[in-house]
Amino acid sequence: MTTLLEVSGVSVTFDGFRAINNLSIQVAEPELRAVIGPNGAGKTTFMDIVTGKTRPDEGRVIWGEKNVSLLGLSESQIARAGIGRKFQKPTVFEAQTVRENLAMALKARRGPFDVLLYRRSKTATARIAELAEEIGLSDALARRAGELSHGQKQWLEIGMLLAQDPRLLLVDEPAAGMTPAEREHTTDILKRAAETRAVVVIEHDMEFIRRLGCKVTVLHEGSVLAEGSLDHVTQNQQVIDVYLGR
Amino acid sequence: MSTPEIAPRRRFLAENPSVLWFLGCLALFTLGVTVLSEGFGLALISTSMVKILGMTLCLCLIAVAMDVVWGYCGILSLGHFAFFGLGGYAIGMWLMYARTQGIVVESLSATPIPPTDIEIEKAIASQIFGVVGSNELPWLWGFAHSLTLQLMMVVLVPGLLALVFGWLAFRSRVTGVYLSILTQAMTLALSLYLFQNDTGLRGNNGLSGLQNIPGLDHVPQSALSLWFFWASALALGLGYLVFAWLVSGKFGSVIRAIRDNEARVRFLGYDVESYKLMIFTLTAVVSAIAGALYYPQAGIINPAEIAPIASIYLAVWVAIGGRGRLYGAVIGAAVVSLASSWFTGGGAPNINLGFYTINWTDWWLVLLGLGFVAVTLFFPRGIGGLFDMIVRKP
Repeated sequence: MTTLLEVSGVSVTFDGFRAINNLSIQVAEPELRAVIGPNGAGKTTFMDIVTGKTRPDEGRVIWGEKNVSLLGLSESQIARAGIGRKFQKPTVFEAQTVRENLAMALKARRGPFDVLLYRRSKTATARIAELAEEIGLSDALARRAGELSHGQKQWLEIGMLLAQDPRLLLVDEPAAGMTPAEREHTTDILKRAAETRAVVVIEHDMEFIRRLGCKVTVLHEGSVLAEGSLDHVTQNQQVIDVYLGR
Repeated sequence: MSTPEIAPRRRFLAENPSVLWFLGCLALFTLGVTVLSEGFGLALISTSMVKILGMTLCLCLIAVAMDVVWGYCGILSLGHFAFFGLGGYAIGMWLMYARTQGIVVESLSATPIPPTDIEIEKAIASQIFGVVGSNELPWLWGFAHSLTLQLMMVVLVPGLLALVFGWLAFRSRVTGVYLSILTQAMTLALSLYLFQNDTGLRGNNGLSGLQNIPGLDHVPQSALSLWFFWASALALGLGYLVFAWLVSGKFGSVIRAIRDNEARVRFLGYDVESYKLMIFTLTAVVSAIAGALYYPQAGIINPAEIAPIASIYLAVWVAIGGRGRLYGAVIGAAVVSLASSWFTGGGAPNINLGFYTINWTDWWLVLLGLGFVAVTLFFPRGIGGLFDMIVRKP
């Protein structure tokens, strides 16, 4: 296990509100990590910083073996470096079919001319079929993504994430709006993905996190409050006070 | 790693039957107009009508370009007529220079001593620029003697302008209505600049006599009008085909995704700005080509042509025709621009209400405005959307 992502001493202020306060997190490869914490703890902002959406006021975000700083890269460069993200609210391209959504996400060259001259290959078609199978949307490939149910959209987005074949998956509330059976399936997908890559999951649902059975980081007021196994952090008095006890 | 096998890609035209339908209709229309025209056949369509139809085809071409940049990629450019006008100016410079050269050489040939090249150039310059009180040929006209060079200018000048403008705007992430305002400012600035007499393009006089093609004095306008009509039809057909291919497949998928949620596209690893820049520049170049075919048929170009309102009309045509479908843009441009010249050209009879006479020259804009509101409210997909009710998209 080597460190893939190292966030150290990062702080962000929005209009005087300190959303992230001297935050330091390390993620290894492969690893499955859950991030929990009360509302406003900075979980989503943490993902925004890693993916380049938000620029921190101070601190470092270091990526990969070559220790590249992500702070100098654009969102698309970070994505191409191997960081994929699933948003809290499922954001798929609703006007397009499931197949088109997956094809767009599929790992391939991203330049305009590459895409213009792109030709569907058998391997790509097979990979899309395989992904659709995994996310339970094999029968829906030709349907518009906008017609899917909330849970199916969540899965489509997870499928798009896997299609990118990233080294680090940042997954924001993957199980929101899912039935218990769907949740179980989602945990399976994430656990399998974490066998070969780094997966960071933000979740509120403790049952879901228990099933993931991984190291947990508790955020509070923009910094790490506790870190360790789920049992370890749930026994931490501070965690109980700010998060669990309410 | 094994090389991926190329799957037998279904033919592009087989997947997009509407493209074949469109090209078929365009070919039939071209044939029909040719047969009925004064120049070649039954003389049921006058030469001036052939010119209007040819110009309309050019407007359809720029509308298709507008549909790609706005309807597919979501960039509401309100400045594409600037590129159209620049294309017209670029070809107009050669037309005017070469024609004046012919006249000057002929009139000087009577003099006992043959004129020198410098004398000829001076005479051309004072012929063209006398109207703005100058007899010097501006540096801008350095290439005007050569058709090849000016044809390159048709593509290069608007292309470069679009590239630089787009690069600055997209890099700073200017989007939505702010970008629209910026493009309006661009076309307004260009138009105001060209209105000045000392810019080397004859100020508000513009370039005129463009319908006379140098070296083709022996060809009657009835035939010339058809040549340009065919060229316009060919350009529209080719432009339509290229854009239809562009917006199909994965590239089309990515630009529609940019229209719907560009931030999300970035997180998929696509460099949104370079896609936008490519679409913006390409559509600008196509607009310029449309302009270069339009103005020899119109005969005159002046800075009023690229006033901000022209580009707004362009957006109205595409909205009425139905954006996000290329044939919609063609329908919108054809219907609205032909209706406009019918109503404002005195074709529509005035309506006498007894107490008030509706004069269509004044009331056409009101009618267009009401039509725009009605389409937006009741047919948000435009006239082209009506086809969807007949043929369900796959």
